[in-house]
Amino acid sequence: MAYTEGDLKKDLENKEYEFGFVTDIESDKAPNGLNESIVRFISEKKNEPDWLLDYRLKAFKIWSNMIEPEWAHVKYEKPKFQDISYYSAPKQKKELANLDEVDPELRKTMDKLGISMEEQKRLSGVAVDFVMDSVSVATSFKEKLGELGIIFCSFSEAVQNHPELVKKYMGSVVPATDNFYAALNAAVFSDGSFCYIPKGVSCPMELSTYFRINDSGTGQFERTLVVADKGSYVSYLEGCTAPQRDENQLHAAVVELIALDDAEIKYSTVQNWYPGDKQGKGGVFNFVTKRGLCHERSKISWTQVETGSAVTWKYPSCILKGDNAVGEFYSVAVTNNHQQADTGTKMIHIGKNTKSTIISKGISAGFSQNSYRGLVRIGKGADKARNFSQCDSLLMTDRCGAHTFPYIECENSTAQIEHEATTSKIGEDQIFYCLQRGISEEKAISLIVNGYAKEVLNQLPMEFAVEAQKLLEISLEGSVG
Amino acid sequence: MNKNIINIKGLKCEIEGKEILKGIDLQINKGEIHAIMGPNGSGKSTLSSVLAGKDEYEVTSGSVDYLGKDLLDLSPEERSWEGVFLAFQYPVEIPGVSNVNFLRTALNERNKYKRLDPVSAKNFLAMVKEKSALVGLDNKLKNRSVNEGFSGGEKKRNEIFQMAMLEPTLSILDETDSGLDIDALRIVSNGVNQLKSNENATLVITHYQRLLDYIVPDFVHVLYDGKIVRTGGKELALELEEKGYDWIKEELAV
Repeated sequence: MAYTEGDLKKDLENKEYEFGFVTDIESDKAPNGLNESIVRFISEKKNEPDWLLDYRLKAFKIWSNMIEPEWAHVKYEKPKFQDISYYSAPKQKKELANLDEVDPELRKTMDKLGISMEEQKRLSGVAVDFVMDSVSVATSFKEKLGELGIIFCSFSEAVQNHPELVKKYMGSVVPATDNFYAALNAAVFSDGSFCYIPKGVSCPMELSTYFRINDSGTGQFERTLVVADKGSYVSYLEGCTAPQRDENQLHAAVVELIALDDAEIKYSTVQNWYPGDKQGKGGVFNFVTKRGLCHERSKISWTQVETGSAVTWKYPSCILKGDNAVGEFYSVAVTNNHQQADTGTKMIHIGKNTKSTIISKGISAGFSQNSYRGLVRIGKGADKARNFSQCDSLLMTDRCGAHTFPYIECENSTAQIEHEATTSKIGEDQIFYCLQRGISEEKAISLIVNGYAKEVLNQLPMEFAVEAQKLLEISLEGSVG
Repeated sequence: MNKNIINIKGLKCEIEGKEILKGIDLQINKGEIHAIMGPNGSGKSTLSSVLAGKDEYEVTSGSVDYLGKDLLDLSPEERSWEGVFLAFQYPVEIPGVSNVNFLRTALNERNKYKRLDPVSAKNFLAMVKEKSALVGLDNKLKNRSVNEGFSGGEKKRNEIFQMAMLEPTLSILDETDSGLDIDALRIVSNGVNQLKSNENATLVITHYQRLLDYIVPDFVHVLYDGKIVRTGGKELALELEEKGYDWIKEELAV
């Protein structure tokens, strides 16, 4: 019997979000709601020093006086901040000496996510930090990295073992006063990853963090802090998934990158939080502040493949403070069904001869709304600064939307700024051409979309490029109309 | 043994309620080259689209038997896997997808359908080398995005290169000569002739007799107003060239 469109539809509905499983493990959870005592509770749970508790309490005060921003091109019901639990940890009885002691249920979760630690160790030489709900569960490869003086551990461990580094850099790029969600994060962040690359060291493997929201009714507020000391190099990747749930889950993370003189940080994200169902019910609110600070001759490169989340609000940015610093932003953002994304970047040129590149590829399908929002600011002292921006939008249906909001502020007449933008619709004749050559519709869409997003996908480390391509395929199945 | 590749009987089709093909009968056997000629708007390109399975056309009656299968019952990709190839009049550009990646995907999808192993990188590259020589396709075009920034002639050569790679049983060339200068015409025709065997067949759709100097047909059919109104040998093409299509129109009006 021929495989009909109806069959295809059924198949798609069944395989929609393959990471929608819930791991059945006991968790240690704070009561819902947010107040000063919850902040103290979290800090105490984590056995934190006084300076960090003070930092949190200050942030909480700042947040209490802030209003949730509404300027983004997204519509959603605001989270009820008193209905969320701000701390949820998988229950574990004792400190873990090595990976073999991780809870078997948790290990299963990791396996399902395709990050079997052994595999990763053996095949790709990727060091992984795994953050489930709020707590970092396992960090592989620590010893080997330690020989080079590289610190790669959970944020909590860093607070205990390297307080001087954390104290010096935390909040130096994204202060608690920065915005509503950054302030919230500063008050209640639970864990995250910390990475320090010493002077002149080139990190020999990809460092990777895997985030997962598991418990219901919890928010995830992790912090990532990456410090690349002078002349060092690191490539860092984060991946995210969450189980399928009817309510909206809040994810408000903060990522800070610091590239000292001549250092280079490559930060790649494959974001696949649960996007909600076909009707737009449920899904993750992804309100994230990511920013990097570049000192002289340093380089920060953001690459993101965004396919998940019900609402995304995210602008990985670079402050090009030092002369000759380079900032790059490569992004593919896919929205399907009722997803909404307002994403882009800020390139702040302060130093002389600073250079930035922005390549943004939006893909909208279903009834989704996909916006690019970007700022290029050339300061007074940024002589001969250069920026190139390219923002392309691809529409898959006639019910979705693509929007571009580019802002340019230039205070220096020696600067060069270029901006290119295109909008196109996936062509029926392109698909028919592929069909005639024996390439099925699903494969054809994936081929065309991957071709469209190639400049960005090429920036990803090899192993993740493959994962990203698969994700694009899954996110867009059956979406042409 | 059955020599028949395709047998079209009483094929009628319409688009948005307008009838374009008004009863086509055509039989093509192994080893044959057929040419379909006709004035603009006679339904030539519609016929090729219907055979390839483009869904904007609705077949209202008639049947198409292809190697014992009901062609109209197969999806466009199944037709391709079964060996039907259409060289497009206007080949489509697919930015960011390299020509070789595109072809490798096509070959592997077909192999999957036929329950064969995927083609190995080594065999694939050997095949690319051999087949591209056939149409003199520039080496750098093979790694460029499908048809993106190709000249008109390069696009047509690329169609024949793809045809060579996919080794179809029935090739339909839809106005492959349009937009070709005389040198390109010679190269493209030469490629088509070399791909001809006793096991496959070619249907050439064209406006002008010129192409048929290079690809010599066994049969020439004149399509006019959705019907084949005349069939003959290659001399029919010459007669058309000399007298124009008005001659047929007048004769039919009588």
